[in-house]
Amino acid sequence: MMYFLAWRDIKLKYKQTILGASWAILQPFLAMLLFTLIFNKLIGLSSEGIPYPLFSYSGLVIWLFFANSVMQASDSLVAQANTVKKVYFPRMVIPVAAVGCNAVDFFLAFLVLIGMMVYYGSSPGLAVLMVPLFLILALTTVLGVGLWLSALNVLFRDVRHVVPFMIQMWLFASPIAYSSSFMADKNPIWGYVYGMNPMAGVVDGFRWALLGTEMQQPQVIIISSLVAVALLVSGAYFFKRTERVFADVL
Amino acid sequence: MDAPALEVENIGKKYQIGKLAPGFRTLREAITDAAKRPVKRTWSLLRGSAYGAAQLEEEIWALKEVSFKVGQGEVVGVIGRNGAGKSTLLRVLTRITEPTEGLARIRGRVGALLEVGTGLHHELTGRENIYLNGSILGMKRAEVNRKFDEMVDFAGIEQFLETPIKHYSDGMRVRLAFSVAAHLDPEILFVDEVLSVGDVAFQRKCVGKMGEVVGEGRTILFVSHNITAVRELCPRSILLDRGNLVFDGPTDETITRYLSDEVLSDGTQPDLRSGIWIIREYFRGVEQAGEGLVLDRGEPITCGVEIQTERVPDRAWLNLEVFSIGGVRLVDMRSDYDNVELDLKPGGTTMEVGIDELPLLPGTYSIRFRLLFDYGGQVRADAGREFPLLIRSTKEGEGKEQAFVYASHSWRRL
Repeated sequence: MMYFLAWRDIKLKYKQTILGASWAILQPFLAMLLFTLIFNKLIGLSSEGIPYPLFSYSGLVIWLFFANSVMQASDSLVAQANTVKKVYFPRMVIPVAAVGCNAVDFFLAFLVLIGMMVYYGSSPGLAVLMVPLFLILALTTVLGVGLWLSALNVLFRDVRHVVPFMIQMWLFASPIAYSSSFMADKNPIWGYVYGMNPMAGVVDGFRWALLGTEMQQPQVIIISSLVAVALLVSGAYFFKRTERVFADVL
Repeated sequence: MDAPALEVENIGKKYQIGKLAPGFRTLREAITDAAKRPVKRTWSLLRGSAYGAAQLEEEIWALKEVSFKVGQGEVVGVIGRNGAGKSTLLRVLTRITEPTEGLARIRGRVGALLEVGTGLHHELTGRENIYLNGSILGMKRAEVNRKFDEMVDFAGIEQFLETPIKHYSDGMRVRLAFSVAAHLDPEILFVDEVLSVGDVAFQRKCVGKMGEVVGEGRTILFVSHNITAVRELCPRSILLDRGNLVFDGPTDETITRYLSDEVLSDGTQPDLRSGIWIIREYFRGVEQAGEGLVLDRGEPITCGVEIQTERVPDRAWLNLEVFSIGGVRLVDMRSDYDNVELDLKPGGTTMEVGIDELPLLPGTYSIRFRLLFDYGGQVRADAGREFPLLIRSTKEGEGKEQAFVYASHSWRRL
């Protein structure tokens, strides 16, 4: 059923569009061009010796998966109120399917990332075997945040107004456009604090495994992982606790 | 004996009404309410009302202490007026919402037909919707594959399979949805009002399909306003009234109770805003039996109604209607068609209708007055009580036919 819902979301997403599924690639690609122009050419941000387009695209791919999934998941229950009120099934299927739908987009955009690595002649080391691990970490974070927000949105519709803003703030708080190294440069403690944002660990780890960027504070990954797992467990628990009233409140 | 497929014990479902509960809350409301509540509670205690919290929020029990059992393979109807709790009961049993108290034990795979068309998506094609809807209702993909042709055939949409259903007619959409739902293969099936869709031909097909399902020995709980369908499909029925289970027994008895319950209930609630309403009815030429009326076939009857007028309407007329037990209106007498002026003045008015003979075969019917009135172009109605009316046969063996109307006639041998 999860499969069918995700499959439906994908179908619907690109129905009556001219470019269809290429949007999945265009979205991060255009953002990458913009980032390169502003942050690299105009402001001159460093990117740890990696071509900036590659640097920002690798971050954007995973960031957009996070941002789109969270946005779609948080609205999913309310958007499908009709189904929730009329049929019983494990409600968790709905936000999870929303994430699944975006995972397909991520996969397409990831193929382009591989193409870019070939273009820039960046060959990954053995660390590339760790990539799936960081993708799981990304998924954990996405599901944790998504479950929290989708359930909260049913109870308090304020959430849908907060989420876009929250995502924007979160983007600035994550090492997408810039490298996280400057944090630790100032003070190792700040590096750890920064790691409380699970997306920091996800993106840093992803880049390290794929592009071979230097990992200054491996402990950050652990902090990020712990936060992500805590988010998922508490999110699932909160969701389970509140799902019994969904049909009454929606 | 097998363990019952469905055991319901003292189920109750409470909803809060008033400003707190309905719809969704915003964060701000939740916070301000939380802040205000202790203040309000203290205040109400200070004023000497001992009820405390209970008084602050209005509550309504949509279901209260409902208990019953349904054996394996039994088909049970659920009837009751609007708001009696029928739909709430099904929602609780299908786990869509949790009961506030009580317990329901269900043994077997559950399927539910709660509302036709749930989960259909307009942008998707017929084929895609069959798969999607099937999975939402709990079918596996292989199961949908297996029954796909049967479903398409039943809905009669072969040539539109690849068309997005936004281009479908309403009827086609409903047929598609029912067809998917009807091919569910559960051990216990909950059905709510699905038969009231589509045109007459399709409805008949649906009842036929339901009958087939019944024949397969599945356990079914069937909720409907359509008393004819309930009687056709369910040997046993339960009657709900304002959240309480008031009767549980053979369908015919339940239906009789349902109709006489309508009489027992508060009767006509004078609608004070309307300015005119029916106070009471009386009948002559009939025997009273409990709340019902008994009339020998072919005998005259006089029906009277008292009307209270506070505000004289621009126009008003009376209907006297006779219904079959299934709710079909068999006889309709209208004062305006008969060019009779009610000539209402402020205060009470009594109108009488004399009927020489009701052209009805022996059986159970119901009769009621309806007052229609018009204030400035807005026509409204006040329906009187619906009285059960038993037409008694005067000859031995008469009235066994499943027919309503008697035509005066004569036979000749040529």
